[in-house]
Amino acid sequence: MRRRLPLLLTALATGLIVWGTVHGEVQEVWQKAVTICLSCVGIG
Amino acid sequence: MERLRRFSQYIFALIGNSYWLFPWKAPIYQGPVKRICFPGLNCYSCPAASMACPLGSIQNFLASFRTNLQAGILHPGTYVIGSMGLVGSVVGRMPCGWICPFGLIQEWLNRVPLPRIGLWRPLRWLRYVFLVVFVVLMPLFVVDALGYGSTWFCKLVCPAGTLEAGLPLVWLEKGLRAAVGWLFAWKLLVLLLIIFWSMVTSRPFCRVICPLGLFFGLFNRASWLRLRFLADRCVRCKACARVCPTGVLFFDGTDDINSTMCIRCLRCVSICPAGSVKAEFGPVMRRDYYGKKIGVGNPQ
Repeated sequence: MRRRLPLLLTALATGLIVWGTVHGEVQEVWQKAVTICLSCVGIG
Repeated sequence: MERLRRFSQYIFALIGNSYWLFPWKAPIYQGPVKRICFPGLNCYSCPAASMACPLGSIQNFLASFRTNLQAGILHPGTYVIGSMGLVGSVVGRMPCGWICPFGLIQEWLNRVPLPRIGLWRPLRWLRYVFLVVFVVLMPLFVVDALGYGSTWFCKLVCPAGTLEAGLPLVWLEKGLRAAVGWLFAWKLLVLLLIIFWSMVTSRPFCRVICPLGLFFGLFNRASWLRLRFLADRCVRCKACARVCPTGVLFFDGTDDINSTMCIRCLRCVSICPAGSVKAEFGPVMRRDYYGKKIGVGNPQ
């Protein structure tokens, strides 16, 4: 089991991506990324 | 190998910042590729950025976690965690050495001929503080009256944001220039300190601050790509210690060769005259990978 940890982690990460995509998280990432982040700029 | 790595850094810096229409069109790219998280520190508010910054994205999810939940939406940021986890589970912290544009910038700065200052090793633990406090806890719990948090790491620390987004946007946009205040001055100060520190110390941001590097680094021991130190072949020339950009000392057993600090630049693999450092790749670890303290004097 321990030896297969890399494979399990990859499977878990893929599962998280699928779950997030199905539940609309990709759109939320995009919405935030296409507006100027005032925190990043150092203003708001 | 080093030439290949440098080439990869330039190519990925260009891929991550491939929107060069910003002086004529929208100030930042707004196309579909921004749905993808870039596996490196590259601010998505940089006018040329073509992808999303994973650190900024995960903080946004945590900052709006409460309000989303109140609206019946469960968005904990699994897409971002999964995207970074997928990269980490395959190559560990390799993106820091081969992809991250801010890593490349630090390597440029470190070429400035100035006296070198080593890094006090306990400072490495600060990375956990930045990841847990600034990226996770503060966006979740330091919220306004409406329940919205903020992207605290981006706001108070991230020098990549100041360099790649703050300075160009303040220069390009008159409206933003008028809004500049103490926060911008603080971020500029942090950036200047990191720039100066990078000139005298190798990759200080990666070694002391970067939460994304730490996240990738946590996969180092259990990723498909792993390094292996054959202690019985080591001639103790210390060449690996001299070339390591993050100061990993594995030849004497001080650090694990797959420690969270290793950015998988593979310089140690190339430089070792005795061939005692090997890179191996595969989804299943070798039977003898676990359970042995590896180092000279305690050969595997």
